[in-house]
Amino acid sequence: MRILLVDDSSTMRRIQKTQLNNLGVTDIFEAGNGEEGLEILANTTALDYILLDWNMPVMDGITFLKKVRGNGAYAGIKIIMCTSESEKTRVIEALKSGANDYIIKPFTPDAIKEKLKL
Amino acid sequence: MNVAFINPFINATILLFKTMVHLDAFAGKPALKKQPFPAYDVSGIIGLSGDAQGSVAISFPRLVALKVVSAFLGSEIKIMGSEVVDGIGELANIIAGNAKQDLSQYNLSISLPQVVVGNDHVISGQTGIPAIIIPMTCSLGNFAIEISFKTK
Ligand SMILES: [Mg+2]
Repeated sequence: MRILLVDDSSTMRRIQKTQLNNLGVTDIFEAGNGEEGLEILANTTALDYILLDWNMPVMDGITFLKKVRGNGAYAGIKIIMCTSESEKTRVIEALKSGANDYIIKPFTPDAIKEKLKL
Repeated sequence: MNVAFINPFINATILLFKTMVHLDAFAGKPALKKQPFPAYDVSGIIGLSGDAQGSVAISFPRLVALKVVSAFLGSEIKIMGSEVVDGIGELANIIAGNAKQDLSQYNLSISLPQVVVGNDHVISGQTGIPAIIIPMTCSLGNFAIEISFKTK
């Protein structure tokens, strides 16, 4: 499984990476904002999942999500929001914009395991 | 300030510590804040805007910040630097974002975290808004949550 982590916090990316490593996932790419995420997408094949933060500088997660879902070439990639944004309205907005699932921070390794079907 | 504004932030902090710092955190008695300065040396601050405005900050003594971020990360950080700054910012982000689900009537947006280090920094965004300080404790030491919140 190949996965892209998009989160402006390097601490959060390290936590996600450790949890994924413990679940046997080691093919991991990282981006610090949506723009960096798009760059990695354009240069990487066979991504299965994106774990996507909402609040980031330069390009936030919802903008990134809409851009990715506007490009048919990326239709096969599952996008799981992983954000502290917790209101129902935000969850609905993300799902309507094409997110496949939603993890609210704080989260346990079990949430990652379940949502990524590991 | 209404207690209904305070509890979501306390609950979010306790949940965050339990889930991702792997520690029980306990809240003391909220008090009106008298000085413009934060309780401790390292503070992660999030601005709140929408149908209410204000800020929430989580403030730690240096050594506690180091230990808490190490526990959050699951690996020991030995010096106070960019890793701790990033970690404290993300802790503040999680608290503010998570608290919003119990404050949905205010349609709040949260800012990106701002982290300040030093013992005389002023937490911005509170001018003219009364602030409440909530003493917190966990097995790694004491810290504080500071909330200023004003409805329109
Ligand atoms: Mg973020």
